[in-house]
Amino acid sequence: MFVNEKEKILEFIDTIIDKHGIERTSLLPILGEIQEKFKCVPEFAQQRVAKIMDIHPVEVYSVVSFYSFLNVEKKGKYILRVCRSVSCDLAGKEKVVNILERELGLKIGETSADKKYTLEYTNCMGLCDEAPSLAINDQVYTKLTTEKLYQILSEIKENK
Amino acid sequence: MTEKIRKRDGLIIFSEYEKFSGLKKALSLSQDDILFELKSSNLKGRGGAGFPISTKWMLTAAAQSSEKYVVCNADEGEPGTFKDRVLLKEMPYLIFEGMIIAGYTIGAKKGIVYLRGEYNYLVNPLNEFLDEMKNENLLGENILGKDFSFEIEIFSGHGAYVCGEETALLESLEGQRGEARNRPPFPVNRGYKGFPTTVNNVESLSTVPHIIMKGGSWYSQFGTEKSKGTKLISVSGDCEKPGVYEIEWGTSIYDLLELVKAENTKAVQVGGASGVCVNKSQFDRTIAYEDLSTGGSIMIFNESRNMLAILKNFMEFFVEESCGQCTPCRIGNQKLLAFVEKIIQNEQTFSELNKIKELAETMKIASKCGLGQSSPNPFLSILENFKEEIFDSNSRGKYEHV
Ligand SMILES: Cc1cc2nc3c(=O)[nH]c(=O)nc-3n(C[C@H](O)[C@H](O)[C@H](O)COP(=O)(O)O)c2cc1C
Ligand code: SF4
Repeated sequence: MFVNEKEKILEFIDTIIDKHGIERTSLLPILGEIQEKFKCVPEFAQQRVAKIMDIHPVEVYSVVSFYSFLNVEKKGKYILRVCRSVSCDLAGKEKVVNILERELGLKIGETSADKKYTLEYTNCMGLCDEAPSLAINDQVYTKLTTEKLYQILSEIKENK
Repeated sequence: MTEKIRKRDGLIIFSEYEKFSGLKKALSLSQDDILFELKSSNLKGRGGAGFPISTKWMLTAAAQSSEKYVVCNADEGEPGTFKDRVLLKEMPYLIFEGMIIAGYTIGAKKGIVYLRGEYNYLVNPLNEFLDEMKNENLLGENILGKDFSFEIEIFSGHGAYVCGEETALLESLEGQRGEARNRPPFPVNRGYKGFPTTVNNVESLSTVPHIIMKGGSWYSQFGTEKSKGTKLISVSGDCEKPGVYEIEWGTSIYDLLELVKAENTKAVQVGGASGVCVNKSQFDRTIAYEDLSTGGSIMIFNESRNMLAILKNFMEFFVEESCGQCTPCRIGNQKLLAFVEKIIQNEQTFSELNKIKELAETMKIASKCGLGQSSPNPFLSILENFKEEIFDSNSRGKYEHV
């Protein structure tokens, strides 16, 4: 990680603490905000949060490692999550995955070298009546067709 | 568009309703009156466990404490369930009214919606809606001039199915790993931050304003002897009209399949991944707490589907989502999955089958929370109800293709 990114993250933590407070109940909202902005909660960030909240860094790590939307390693600016639950499977999630893997040059579970894209599976997103579905960060896309996928991909590719 | 309207037509939750009327009426009633109506409605929890709402609220109301909480369980993670999403998106007023009525009844000043991370796109619209309610004095200090104040906060989850289990949810709210707690103590006595808390599902809360408006005995005229009222079900899979439907408890699988225009149906999974799978000979069974109970998920599979592949998908889900706290669930689900993979390779033996069934039964009893207690359901029911297909590799489709 670049030095200035590290400083940025630490600075960011300091700026959001006031808003959340240092009660233990604020831990997840704080970690969530770091994750959303930087696509990871690296070790030094966990240590800073632990120090501010006056808890052991292991406590913070055990929380980060529990939740699938929090991660230590940096993920892409665009995290693409394909639903792999049964209803999306019936509706052709395999095809969706094939297209995304080919177009992004990534396998499921990988992040591109330029940290722009992460491709992964997710469990049911509650969009089963509009399967197959995909989430890109917080936005969801449903009833995916080949055409629709190409359109979505070209939109995010243009959007630097 | 017309199709959507047709689907949003229902006896109770999807019936005609004037926004905030239930809340306004409730605040003019006494706490005892509200509890009485809920008791006579026989409304049970819609999140899956089916505990009577009136009892839960009565216990929380009776608990002596300086602070109490109302928690709305909007974690909706059971595969195949999406009815709460529709309520959150289209009828948030019903949910918030239900929460405020709960707060008024049990003596809480604060409500928290635990919204699954997958629904983060709903955070802004929900917060905007809450702001409007504040402007209209339906939330905040001295609501509608009464000596009652209440606020609601939205809390985002971070991708963990087990956090839908109420005690794991409370752990998560408190900034911990989402690991289920031992019970007792129950949340009604020691919940959020150790204070008495009622945790209710989105749909349960959304039903309350209707009961307040029309009365508990009106509500209980619908449904069956043991399952009163209606249920929202999320229908997906092989049918022409997937979506959310409000059905009367006691509706048969057969009637449901007709309603959603499903053809050549081979199997129906009732209750999501943790529910049971029935075959054709059981389509006359009904959706009810006393027969096929469901938190709302109905998945339909037609003749072309491979039941073993479906089972594998379910078991992979449980292996991944088990919190790992207790052995029967952590190891048990891995063993069940390994056995499914063995069948796929045609390497299973009869004696192993009996042993693994025993293990599955043990998991139901020995697991600490509902996840491990119910994950054997699809395993046992699919192996039992589709044995010909499953144990005869010639009658199976290629397993890569669900
Ligand atoms: C693994 C697991 C996941 C659950 N997920 C949910 C859920 O997403 N939403 C829900 O309302 N209840 C869920 N429940 C049930 C809750 O523990 C609890 O019974 C429910 O929130 C109580 O509300 P109700 O009485 O209104 O149904 C889950 C239970 C288990 C064991
Ligand atoms: S049953 Fe499974 S999910 Fe529940 S506490 Fe045990 S390991 Fe965790």
